[in-house]
Amino acid sequence: MLKSSSPALLRTASSVSRIPRPARVKSLSRSLATAAEIPVRRYGGLKDQDRIFTNVFCKHDHGIKGAMSRGDWHKTKDILLKGDSWIIQTIKDSGLRGRGGAGFPSGLKWSFMNKPGWEKDPRPRYLVINADEGEPGTCKDREILRGDPHKLIEGCLVAGRGMNATAAYIYIRGEFYQEASHVQQAINEAYAKGFLGKDACGSGYRFDVYVHRGAGAYICGEETALIESIEGKQGKPRLKPPFPADVGLFGCPTTVANVETVAVAPTICRRGGSWFASFGRERNQGTKLFCISGHVNNPCVVEEEMSIPLKELLEKHCGGVRGGWDNLLGIIPGGSSVPVIPKDISAQVLMDYDSLKDAQTGLGTGAVIVMDKSTDIVSAIARFAQFYKHESCGQCTPCREGTTWMMNMMNRMVEGRGHVREIDMLLEITKQVEGRTICALGDAAAWPIQGLMRHFRPEVERRISEFRQVNGAVGFGGHLASAADDSLALPDNLGLRLPEVPAPAGAKELHA
Amino acid sequence: MLLPRIARSSLPRTVARRRFISTTPSRRSDALFVHRDTTYNNPKIAFEFDATNLKRAQEIVAKYPPQYKKAAVIPLLDLGQRQNKGWTSISVMNYVANFLGMPPMRVYEVATFYTMFNREPIGEHFVQVCTTTPCMLNGAYDILNTVCEHLGGIKPGQTTKDGKFTVIEVECQGACSNAPMLVVGDDFYEDLTAASTKKILDGFKQGQKPKPGPQSGRHTSENSAGLTTLTGKPYGPGEFCQPEFK
Repeated sequence: MLKSSSPALLRTASSVSRIPRPARVKSLSRSLATAAEIPVRRYGGLKDQDRIFTNVFCKHDHGIKGAMSRGDWHKTKDILLKGDSWIIQTIKDSGLRGRGGAGFPSGLKWSFMNKPGWEKDPRPRYLVINADEGEPGTCKDREILRGDPHKLIEGCLVAGRGMNATAAYIYIRGEFYQEASHVQQAINEAYAKGFLGKDACGSGYRFDVYVHRGAGAYICGEETALIESIEGKQGKPRLKPPFPADVGLFGCPTTVANVETVAVAPTICRRGGSWFASFGRERNQGTKLFCISGHVNNPCVVEEEMSIPLKELLEKHCGGVRGGWDNLLGIIPGGSSVPVIPKDISAQVLMDYDSLKDAQTGLGTGAVIVMDKSTDIVSAIARFAQFYKHESCGQCTPCREGTTWMMNMMNRMVEGRGHVREIDMLLEITKQVEGRTICALGDAAAWPIQGLMRHFRPEVERRISEFRQVNGAVGFGGHLASAADDSLALPDNLGLRLPEVPAPAGAKELHA
Repeated sequence: MLLPRIARSSLPRTVARRRFISTTPSRRSDALFVHRDTTYNNPKIAFEFDATNLKRAQEIVAKYPPQYKKAAVIPLLDLGQRQNKGWTSISVMNYVANFLGMPPMRVYEVATFYTMFNREPIGEHFVQVCTTTPCMLNGAYDILNTVCEHLGGIKPGQTTKDGKFTVIEVECQGACSNAPMLVVGDDFYEDLTAASTKKILDGFKQGQKPKPGPQSGRHTSENSAGLTTLTGKPYGPGEFCQPEFK
């Protein structure tokens, strides 16, 4: 066996072992006609020793004793003494991108706080941690808050040092009561040990961390709405500019960052930016917590390498789709705001920002919602429309009115009560809402519907035609011709007298 | 065709006929935003923090810069709501406004914006069933129906006659890998089935507090068929670090 190590055998062996490092290129003796084979790097298969969050399942002590035994607060002083530019450069080298959904490079974002001449600015400077996790499907930050709160507190200190902040506010959603008490406990312990306060970790740097609990508003996950909410106002997003890095919380320079982004910072600093950058594809480096819900056999939260194939993620950690991969209908790969993708695309995508963007969807928060063939996909998306209607803050008209319209139309689409032309009208509304609001909630409400129509339009059309067969002609707005009051004049623009025209053959491509 | 038309037009005008083209818009929000004085909710009912809450309130206010005391309005309203049997009356809002030296209107704005402030009295146990899509995919509406039926056929938004339970439907609570779930007070009950839902409600009816967390036997959000990650002992301080941080 050893002697017969032919090139082919070697190749299969190296691909089976799935080493997350760049595959070792073996110089194989080639004959004239063989083409040089580019080694295929496979992602996934993160080892336990490379997992940052070692207590996501709350199996161990979340207090300071347990946290220190897992390596938190280890030589934090040395990290702080390295200075702000070292910390930011390390984060830049690591390729970390914001884990809250938008995926903005974190090192760059943090460096906005240290503009030339920042020392002359007498204002305090704040780091705000966004723990207002409310995106349907997302439950990763919760596991950090209750299992590894010290990673977050240490991360606040390290990131705060990087951007020369004076204090950090952790905004935890009001529903997370247990999680908030774990974080508060961690803060109290850190103060008692001298890790926070006047002389944080003995480095001479002053830093405070406070917990602020919200009170149930999804919109407060938007950074400026979150700032407004901490200031004691309604959580209505602010117009940008001025950006929070100039005028943020209490009128001071502020950076808002997701829990996961900040909590990985100390480990990156200790293990080196190149270690973190060795996972995942170029521009999508690192490890990430994925939370899988819906129709898988064993839904769970798991930390994996970025760029892991979606199918492998489900089969390795969640016991696969309920009833097998062939029973899959569609997957929402990044929380409620991103468009759904059908089975054939799900089999190809990698879980990272760029691959999912190419598939016209997004990584979002890494919240995978799996739907098998038993799902009523239209009603699932209609429920999202209802969610966004409920959570719209009401500040911008396109979103306030548009989310209600979209919900009403989607609710009719569930039973097929509508005119087939209304699908395009609905898409037009989504286009009118998208990009015309202060924050991204309008976009987030529009995308799931666009995704549904992109991939499942025939299903919606089928429901409409079935409803028509049973109930007769249906006009715009779901009005039945049979319920019309003949004593009143009926205008033509209700669509009741439109001739039945089947959808043009090229219609699907138009919206694809 | 002629007959029904005659019949319809001969209806007396007082009979409300369903208008076809335009109708009066239905109420679009979950709760009324206007305050109306009632016997149980009017500004004359006195409210103030008790000694422990007063101390807590002062600790909360100390977290924020002195000129931005009003940043404490959400935590203080929450504190007041807890002291006032789980709901925020107009007296609570006025007291908080006075406590923080801000116009009462600014407090009303906040209390009406955030969904966790109940502006009507609630039952002793506040049951909140999540029905957003990830929970819905796993049968959240069945759980909601189970809860409503088990509590004597009430509807979401209503309180039982004995005043023990209020049931509402809520949006995503952030426990999607443990769907379906419901919240009672501050505690999450996850991985529910119809049977375990009834058991939880029965426990509360008997005055006990069932154990929060997943009801399926798993610990938190790990793979229920056995761990796929973090199987061994976690690594310790300095392990795998750069030489200077070893």
